[in-house]
Amino acid sequence: MSGDASDALHDPATTDIRGRRDQLRAEEGPPVVEALETYRLTVNGREREVEGAWIGESLLYVLRERLGLPGSKNACEQGECGSCSLMLDGVLVASCCVLAADAVGGDVRTVEGLSPEGELTDVQRAFVEQGAVQCGFCIPGMIVAMHDLLDRQPDADELALREAISGNLCRCTGYGRIFAAFHAVKEERARAST
Amino acid sequence: MKIAHPRTLDEAFEALQRMPGAQLLAGGTDFVVEVNFGHRRPPAVVGLRRVAELQGWRRDDGELVLGAALTFTEIETQLAGELPALAAAARTVGSPQMRNAGTLGGNLGTASPAGDSLPVLAAMDARVVLASQAGERTLPMTEFVTGVKKTAIQPREVIREVRVPRLRGPQQFLKVGTRNAMVISIACAALVVDLDGRSVRCGLGSVAPTPVRAAEAEAFIAGEIDWDGPHAAAGAVARFGELAAAAASPITDHRSTAEYRRRAVQVICTRALTRSLA
Repeated sequence: MSGDASDALHDPATTDIRGRRDQLRAEEGPPVVEALETYRLTVNGREREVEGAWIGESLLYVLRERLGLPGSKNACEQGECGSCSLMLDGVLVASCCVLAADAVGGDVRTVEGLSPEGELTDVQRAFVEQGAVQCGFCIPGMIVAMHDLLDRQPDADELALREAISGNLCRCTGYGRIFAAFHAVKEERARAST
Repeated sequence: MKIAHPRTLDEAFEALQRMPGAQLLAGGTDFVVEVNFGHRRPPAVVGLRRVAELQGWRRDDGELVLGAALTFTEIETQLAGELPALAAAARTVGSPQMRNAGTLGGNLGTASPAGDSLPVLAAMDARVVLASQAGERTLPMTEFVTGVKKTAIQPREVIREVRVPRLRGPQQFLKVGTRNAMVISIACAALVVDLDGRSVRCGLGSVAPTPVRAAEAEAFIAGEIDWDGPHAAAGAVARFGELAAAAASPITDHRSTAEYRRRAVQVICTRALTRSLA
């Protein structure tokens, strides 16, 4: 993988983990090529080819480092923080806990696929208007989780929201503005439907 | 590292035959984390999430048959009426993201002392059905989990389903952790009252290498309960909590001290029994 364009990417946590992965790959011994695979994923409605990947790579890693989709964020890599949340076959999951090669045949929808390129969803717009974003790192996962809740339960109240985002950790906003954005979306949708 | 995507149990057995030492993968919430951190590097993986025979649940005479691929979200939303303690336990697992992915079979296969479904299944006298090319065998929970993250699963075997008796009577699950969401259990307990069998069954989690039954506490309280209520004197309920705590063999680790765990067991078992009686 050295020399790969993705080496230019930044995140120290990712680099560190990739370093360990490269080491693991090397330990597997020759012929290394047998450990690498090419497979196809359906991401945001498009067929994407993943070439020469190690089968142990998470879906989060493949999206960010191989497919150029850095919207899903990489923080804990253990399902604790929710910043890598996306929809797999219509179900909200933490993509750090999904093997990319096990998502073959599945429908992957990331934060980038929530709306046509260059446009914001109503939830995203509400986050901007309500000032629900500070550092922003948790926000893509938060947006995906909030869309999932409102899709499943359009009349969800704040208690339901608190439970729905209990696995999306935000360390800056104190959540108050995030709740405000949620109420703004609900009001806007209620107005639109009358 | 290679991966197989079987759609049937027969295809899964074939993949296991073809790829010796393959790791079984269900929801990934345990295994993929271990791979992320470089702790695990199996030669091959068999992804089970498409296997038809492992999906869903059904009623079968006096039992509920839960497919190994049943997620915690499915348990929480579909089985709250039939298996209230198991549904309550499912509701305390991780975050919505984890509950959407994590499965009952995965919880059993990992066999962590902190696996939240384990004490419930122990209290329910559930049986684990293991399948392989050679056929099926059924083990009680007590024989299935053999140690910390150790089970009776043999190479080339797959957890097919869990058979849980349908019982009439209250079922409780209580868990102690640092917050209500996203928490790994410090101590948990499941308490099941079997009104027809006139017994109280109590399973403890996170306080021993495996889920344990509080057998002495169970035997004691069965003799103290007036089954017409059901009702028991306050002193007997308190004694039940003490005996349940005595059944725990907790350790001190980064989550809790052994003393706190033992005390927590006493409190939650007393509370669970109080809630279950008239």
